[in-house]
Amino acid sequence: METLYFLQHYWWAVVSLLGALLVFLLFVQGGQTLLFGTAASEDDKKAIISILGHKWEITFTTLVTFGGAAFASFPLFYSTSFGGAYWLWILILLLFVLQAVSYEFRSKASNLLGSRVYDLFLFLNGLFGTILLGVAVGTLFSGGAYAMDRLNITDTAAATVSYWTNDSMGLEAIANPFNLLLGIVVFLLARSLGLLYVINQYSVSEERRALVERCKVQLKVVPAAFVLLFAVFLVALFLRTGYETDPVTGYISAVKYKYFLNMWELVWPMILLLAGVVIVLAGLAGALFCKEGSFLSKNSFYITGAGAVLAVWAILICAAFNNTAYFPSTASLQDSLTLYNSSSSEFTLKVMAYVSIAVPFVLAYIVTVWRKMGGK
Amino acid sequence: MVLSALIDASRLQFALTAMFHWIFVPLTLGLGFIVAFMETKYYLFSKKEGIENSEKAGLWKKLTKFWARIFAINFAVGVATGIILEFQFGTNWSNYSWFVGDIFGAPLAIEGIFAFFMESTFFAVMYFGWDKVSKKFHLASTWLTAIGANLSAVWILIANAWMQYPVGMEFNPDTARNEMINFADVVFSPVAMNKLFHTATSAYMLASVVVIGISCWYLLKDRNRIYAVKSIKVAAVFGLISAVLLAYSGDGSAYNVAKHQPMKLAAMEGLYQGGTAAPLVGFALLDPDKEIGDGEDPYLFSISIPKALSFLATRDFNGFVPGIDDIINGGYTYTDRNGNEKVAVPFEQKRERGLLAIEALKEYSKAARTGNDSLKMSAASALEDNFEYFGYGYLDSAEESVPPVALTFYTFRIMVTLGAYFILFFIIALYLHRKGAFTAEGKKVKWFLYLAIISVPLVYICSQSGWIVAEVGRQPWTIQDLLPVQAAVSGVSASNVYTTVAIFFVLFTILLVAELKIMFNQIKKGFENIK
Repeated sequence: METLYFLQHYWWAVVSLLGALLVFLLFVQGGQTLLFGTAASEDDKKAIISILGHKWEITFTTLVTFGGAAFASFPLFYSTSFGGAYWLWILILLLFVLQAVSYEFRSKASNLLGSRVYDLFLFLNGLFGTILLGVAVGTLFSGGAYAMDRLNITDTAAATVSYWTNDSMGLEAIANPFNLLLGIVVFLLARSLGLLYVINQYSVSEERRALVERCKVQLKVVPAAFVLLFAVFLVALFLRTGYETDPVTGYISAVKYKYFLNMWELVWPMILLLAGVVIVLAGLAGALFCKEGSFLSKNSFYITGAGAVLAVWAILICAAFNNTAYFPSTASLQDSLTLYNSSSSEFTLKVMAYVSIAVPFVLAYIVTVWRKMGGK
Repeated sequence: MVLSALIDASRLQFALTAMFHWIFVPLTLGLGFIVAFMETKYYLFSKKEGIENSEKAGLWKKLTKFWARIFAINFAVGVATGIILEFQFGTNWSNYSWFVGDIFGAPLAIEGIFAFFMESTFFAVMYFGWDKVSKKFHLASTWLTAIGANLSAVWILIANAWMQYPVGMEFNPDTARNEMINFADVVFSPVAMNKLFHTATSAYMLASVVVIGISCWYLLKDRNRIYAVKSIKVAAVFGLISAVLLAYSGDGSAYNVAKHQPMKLAAMEGLYQGGTAAPLVGFALLDPDKEIGDGEDPYLFSISIPKALSFLATRDFNGFVPGIDDIINGGYTYTDRNGNEKVAVPFEQKRERGLLAIEALKEYSKAARTGNDSLKMSAASALEDNFEYFGYGYLDSAEESVPPVALTFYTFRIMVTLGAYFILFFIIALYLHRKGAFTAEGKKVKWFLYLAIISVPLVYICSQSGWIVAEVGRQPWTIQDLLPVQAAVSGVSASNVYTTVAIFFVLFTILLVAELKIMFNQIKKGFENIK
């Protein structure tokens, strides 16, 4: 039982880490939103595409792996959220499908729609893909209108175990201000990282000087908006009532300021979050205020990204650790999902834990290849 | 009625997305290795000294780059459509995802960690890295892209094989789910191994035909002859080896189906009343008015090979092969997966036992809640005794246990006929190549050039037919005997699903047209602009 308890938490931490890495890698999406407005010419667009074109698949693959890991380790979450918040996930899916073809198709002759349309697809993926992913993550705190009863499987006429109780099928999650706030925060972070990435890649390029300058002008506004709204989000999160499960009986009850208490009681996520925030601020400050060529200025993209990974990881950890219901049901509270009632079996989690040992090697070869390719 | 509309919509959506995905994937699986082979030749010649070797290196480099472009165009759409399938398990088959998530999800997660990252990381080098990394590193990247693509196919096929032959798991009544107990059994099940082999070789065959088809178009236009001839040689050798292995694994696949999914085999053969020394139907027209149990001849016309079906299914010319009616009525003897002789249980009894298992699960949960240990134990034992027929409890009639016979029957024949044709096709291609027929001075072989071009759509039909046999033939089961489609779907309304079907249809049509236009354009450009 103790092993299972450990593995459930281990896997939530791994899935959360994948989610946090995904948020960092959304700099690709942020960069795509620069195609309209910031890119002044076709050459600018090509320049942006050429540096993102090497990276988008890693972001995409991280999304797929995040989904796969969630499926394997918390299948009840996968089935409840995907099968219930149907339209939210379908919209995310469509936006990512459009992205996947656009990089390859945009510059090709006879591409049917013309490169502007593919650029528009990339822009839409960058803007709405990030916002909707943020909304989806927001539901881990705000919950979903579902009911779940395992014994439905014994009803031969209606065997579906979890189902949504409204007809909006996930669209209502987009209208939820808390989710939307998180969505906008994710978008602003992605856009900030996108700006930093373009500046990082073209800082010494004479040809792209004007593009870099335009990015730098935006850098005075976008990260500030991100920091401000992120602070609002954190306050909203910490003031939020969360739901706690009794690990013995499984009974779920409301706890005021649950997410703040999780940080407070567990301590280490609080440290992660604070460290993340400080590092993000240092990265942004490096880009804005430090001398060009200084360590902070040169590496601001990576520093900000690393800080974002830590902060997002801490927040996602707090969604489920400390006996928290990580996907509360707004329709039937006792049906809410927790690490204990939604995970795979001990055996599967253990097999996959062995597999997860390979993750650092995977990360190592990705970094090696990136470096070899010179990032350009 | 409402449920039936939802099932139809969900199946339509899955079929649409899976078939669309499979237009792009097999080409990349096979082309990856063809490109890697070509680049290896380039690398080896580039290491040698002398003008002749340098020219040869240049030729192989151009070949590598050209086919890598075709690979890249298909790769993008393959990736784009792959994510739809992954999401769809959750959005449209949520009960399935919950019921077997720990077994099915694990290969999917492993696929992401091992294969997708490998594929996408090294693809970037393969495509963009010509001037950025060393020749050796580039070559390694091309191989790793090809291996990564094939590895991802490995894991998803293991997952698919498990659905057709669920092993390495047991049902946990406490969680009401299936849990994995032996990972090696899941990964190395004979069905999984055969499926991997069969699907991979089919993909290599498809890629080889496409390479030959495009190359023959150049010959017809009298362009890029030197490149076209080299491509034909590489593809014909790779294709012939693949096609022969494909036929061999196809035989193994049919044997597995006979052992583990006898209803699928009966549908593949249109066989209603089985028997010993059963003939294999070569070609037949099915009687559309034929009904289960009416005793009528299912064929309006047929040409059969005596005793061949018995041999295919049992490795004995006089072995018994059950038909659809036999499987429904039971009573014949067969060997189960543990090698024990058993008498087949009739459908009605399977259904009763399925209902008993379902009822026992309900009782078990009640007893667990009230702390009634003796009731819990008796319910657990009833559940265990009847679990192998769990899924039959959801079926209302014997007809529901029968897959669409005509579709399975005809696509099986299309697949096998075309598969055999392609062995011949590659032999002819190699023969003509040896005879020098493709050189400028060679004999006019326009007929073959046209045949090769026509073969391109044919190989896609062959490949898609294979999947139709595999997937339509196993209906109504998402997991053989344990979970039929009606117990696997999400709680979404049919109208929502039909809306997404329409969206996907429009999207796929646009993507396909764009992809084909880009491909044709790339082919038209030829090798002239490649540096």
